[in-house]
Amino acid sequence: MAEENVDLGFDPTLKKKKKKPTKAVEESGNETTPEVDDVLSGLKKKKKKPAKVDVGGDESSGTPVDELTDALGELKLKKKKKKAVTADDFDKQLEKAGVLDETNVERESSVEPSTQTQYGLSYEELLDRFFTILKENNPELAGERSGTKFRIPPPICQREGSKRTAFANVQEIAEKLQRSPEHLIQYLFAELGTSGSVDGQKRLIIKGRFQPKQLENVLRRYIIEYVTCKTCKSINTQLKKESSNRLFFLVCNSCGSTRSVSSIKTGFQAHVGRRKKV
Amino acid sequence: MSLQNLNTFDPFADTGDDDTQPTNYIHIRIQQRNGRKTLTTVQGVPDEYDLKRILKVLKKDFACNGNIVKDDELGEVIQLQGDQRVKVMEFLTTQLALPKKNIKIHGF
Ligand SMILES: [Zn+2]
Repeated sequence: MAEENVDLGFDPTLKKKKKKPTKAVEESGNETTPEVDDVLSGLKKKKKKPAKVDVGGDESSGTPVDELTDALGELKLKKKKKKAVTADDFDKQLEKAGVLDETNVERESSVEPSTQTQYGLSYEELLDRFFTILKENNPELAGERSGTKFRIPPPICQREGSKRTAFANVQEIAEKLQRSPEHLIQYLFAELGTSGSVDGQKRLIIKGRFQPKQLENVLRRYIIEYVTCKTCKSINTQLKKESSNRLFFLVCNSCGSTRSVSSIKTGFQAHVGRRKKV
Repeated sequence: MSLQNLNTFDPFADTGDDDTQPTNYIHIRIQQRNGRKTLTTVQGVPDEYDLKRILKVLKKDFACNGNIVKDDELGEVIQLQGDQRVKVMEFLTTQLALPKKNIKIHGF
């Protein structure tokens, strides 16, 4: 099927992410284009290396979450570290400056005591500070639009007994895709021809046994059908319900194009359980 | 000299891309049964085809059992044992010459 060739934002390899944030911190401005490439390349990579999530086991549930927090948190962490460093440097410099400054300023007061040197921040440091703060609070403005936000984590699934599968990160994936979990779940059930429920930890319990790979395939199709903009391939889109004709429309936040999407139909469901006694 | 404005343009002309969503999709689905067993369902085969005859051929070709289920809303549906989705797709496109874009394979 052609769909399978389409690259989506899946990125099970951690390496990319780890590399990313450092890069992002270092070169703040000019990385929109490589970023876009990365989304695709990350995908191609993924094809060779299928999501390595073992069914069951504490580790599997642990690591992916870590990956995520990494993906999300690393940026911040790095920044904080850097910030701390700069702050330290800054303090040291202040100390130095405190000692030196008084003499220096007194000596050089005739030259030009700019406000910046008065507060001990050079232009570069100010710029650095500005970008770290901006990235922490508003990553979209700092040119990270296509970054971590649109990287879709691989589905984490655990065996729940012998007949059911727990899809642990539905909520999170739905959030990343900017879709309601209910919509995604409805699609999953329709496609997998099964049913299930959401448990207390917001995991999706699906009847039947499914491999992460299989869930990923379905997820991929969901993204193609209900998330990606056909015009610009962006997944920064919204699903809107037109009240007048009760149709769903996909509105792209990047290019503004709109297309209608079909509603989720369950279709024929064969009766597979035990036969009822008549 | 040709005036652009005077060129006739029919806004309702067939652009050729209005068949993106045919309503008469054939849906091929899979359902899990107990254990590793699965069930393939084929819904929406056009009326002009004789489902019974198709089923007979499919059963023989795929070496599986199957039956026809009547659904109130969705008409007659072919059920086959096992995952026969790709094979059914192949059969529909090659033997019955149904357009591939009208067939949707669901499932994992
Ligand atoms: Zn778009």
